[in-house]
Amino acid sequence: MSLGSVPLKYRIQIDRQQCMQCMRCVDNCSYGVFREEDDGNILIDSRKCTACHRCISMCPRDAINLSERPVDYRSHPLWTPEAREDVINQSRSGRIVLAGMGNAKDYPIIYDRLVLDACQVTNPSIDPLREPMELRTYLGQKPSKLDIRKQENGDFELNTKLSPNLELQTPIMIGHMSYGAISLNAQLSLAKAAAKTGTYMGTGEGGLHKDIYPYQDNMIVQVASGRFGVDINYLERGAAIEIKIGQGAKPGIGGHLPGEKVCTDVSCTRMIPAGSDAISPAPHHDIYSIEDLAQLVRGLKEATEWKKPVFVKIAAVHNVAAVAAGIARSSADAVVIDGFRGGTGASPKVFRDNVGIPIEAAVASVDQKLNDQGIRNKVSVIASGGIRNSADIAKSIALGADAVYIGTAALISMGCRVCGNCYRGLCPWGIATQREDLVSRLDPEVESEHVANLINSWTLELSELMGAAGINSIESLRGNRSRLRGYMLDEGTLDVLQVKPVGA
Amino acid sequence: MEPVRIDAKGLHYTPLNQQIRKAVSEGATDIIVDNVLGQRFIADGLKGEVTIRINGVPGGDLGMFMNGPTCIVKGNCDHAPGNTMDSGKLVIHGSAGDAVAHSMRGGKVFVRDDIGYRGGIHMKEYGEGHKPILIIGDNACSFLGEYIAGGVIIALGRSGKVFGGRGVGSGIHGGEIILRGELKERQLGVGAKITEFTEEDLEKIRPYIEEFCEYFGIDPEKYLDTKYTKIVAASSRPFAGKYVWE
Repeated sequence: MSLGSVPLKYRIQIDRQQCMQCMRCVDNCSYGVFREEDDGNILIDSRKCTACHRCISMCPRDAINLSERPVDYRSHPLWTPEAREDVINQSRSGRIVLAGMGNAKDYPIIYDRLVLDACQVTNPSIDPLREPMELRTYLGQKPSKLDIRKQENGDFELNTKLSPNLELQTPIMIGHMSYGAISLNAQLSLAKAAAKTGTYMGTGEGGLHKDIYPYQDNMIVQVASGRFGVDINYLERGAAIEIKIGQGAKPGIGGHLPGEKVCTDVSCTRMIPAGSDAISPAPHHDIYSIEDLAQLVRGLKEATEWKKPVFVKIAAVHNVAAVAAGIARSSADAVVIDGFRGGTGASPKVFRDNVGIPIEAAVASVDQKLNDQGIRNKVSVIASGGIRNSADIAKSIALGADAVYIGTAALISMGCRVCGNCYRGLCPWGIATQREDLVSRLDPEVESEHVANLINSWTLELSELMGAAGINSIESLRGNRSRLRGYMLDEGTLDVLQVKPVGA
Repeated sequence: MEPVRIDAKGLHYTPLNQQIRKAVSEGATDIIVDNVLGQRFIADGLKGEVTIRINGVPGGDLGMFMNGPTCIVKGNCDHAPGNTMDSGKLVIHGSAGDAVAHSMRGGKVFVRDDIGYRGGIHMKEYGEGHKPILIIGDNACSFLGEYIAGGVIIALGRSGKVFGGRGVGSGIHGGEIILRGELKERQLGVGAKITEFTEEDLEKIRPYIEEFCEYFGIDPEKYLDTKYTKIVAASSRPFAGKYVWE
């Protein structure tokens, strides 16, 4: 017996009186929703729509309407339309359901239940318009004490050997999105924005394309289990090196870039065969313990003559604090924690939506554990996974992060509408695609401005938030939980966050 | 130019590598390192045309990220020699540990005797001139050539012992694993298959075998026939059918 078709997810309608049949919708939709008929009419196949909004954005007459879920199911609190459609999809295919972007389940967002402090009469606020606000951030190991000696001529000499640190002009970095998962133009836009704003971005596990070389001083090169694109030149080019152990959108599993995305250029950049799947297995083949991780950290440092900081990225999962404490002892300079809202080009949906823990809780527990063990100075903490605005950043830092990575937000600033179909390689915005005609839609000059504007505006907002709290240095906000209060959070969560409830 | 001699006795790996780098930067083409005892990362990330003769037993990750040099080890070797190596040669007069030639994408590794588990894991090739070669004189343990995406692994089985490992070529999506003697289907990993080893295949691997035998003073004739089993990928897209769109 046939399972039949599931109802449409979206319905596209054209206001025929408004439409001037310019065919821009036909040209712009890479999913094939619109088709020009012989008589010049536009035929619509709503079933193919992903709600990417490209047609709506490009229509000069605002003639296109999109509505979500045009057909109702019988309502049921447990068997939601999505749950039923997944069952139907898997009954038909017998396969794992792939999904893009971040966790799409309706979990409570802790950020939205944390409120920031502001000064009133007894402790005055600081006016960022006329007072200098220090947002410069240094990532890397810090000495537990400084050995400074006075020389005979009166000068002071620093005898402590400092570890290499990354200097950021803002605590906002752009997370790792690889060439292959996103287009070269998208990477270029992000790299230019990072250079403009004095921050850093990650290469992801896709290697470093030669067009990105001019921005290599603002790049953090990633070493993942597939070792894609990793050679000594790549390691030497990066300002820092990041070992990817886990990722918030798919903790505990590897990644596969489908063979059709591995064009000649991607193949050369990743240093893998063209046309074959780029398989990045779940574990690193040489890491089965913290000692093994330490071996790789030191191997990377030795290869680059101990001149570059090495980060280790893990997904936020149970016991993340204990893992981070191990990483701090592995000679790593920073631990990156990716929360369960972290985005991705493709993840098994069951992982994206069910595995991992919120970044807010993970950062707070890691910061607390490192403090308790007296090793907080040994490692910087970078939070990522679902950072949506400057308030999320301020809250992350108050919970214990040194800096944050943004990913999806940076893509949205370039046009992404979070349609979640990145894995299909047809992104009409030229971001998650390698199709030349689509890639060329994205102008790196224009989009780098948008990304830079986003980082600059969030940096300004951070200054204002800090000023309001009577803080003029980002270092004074770091781990400063007294600047937070929990609203409608349960006692257990407040305990993990080490945050008082509102009114306390 | 006389070979540069370095005494590694009691030396940590960083100052040892610093001495090697210094010698290379000063134009040395032949370096002898004596009294090596477990120092890791020797020649890590080293570039250039230089031969390093290592007397002793190097620790893990010998020649990691190496690009160009040749390391000749007069002794056994710990785990992962040739880890993510780009080009160059490792010649090991003894046995080596686990994950030999891990993710190597160019150059050659020759191990006279045995290697441990996960040998040649994730080796890959691309474009022109990036083809890694791993030749094992005797035998390897299980999971040989896991996730291999290119290059050639050859195990000669010199002692005549039957290859007993399992999980050979799990997740293989490129490259070849060539074992002397027979292999049972049940010893194969997911996505691997056995194909006929032909005279044409023999001609392709002949130079590697001859080079191997030259390094270790072995008569190659015994190994230049078709008594090999060839393992290749069942598909270059082993997991293409695993997923469905949301």
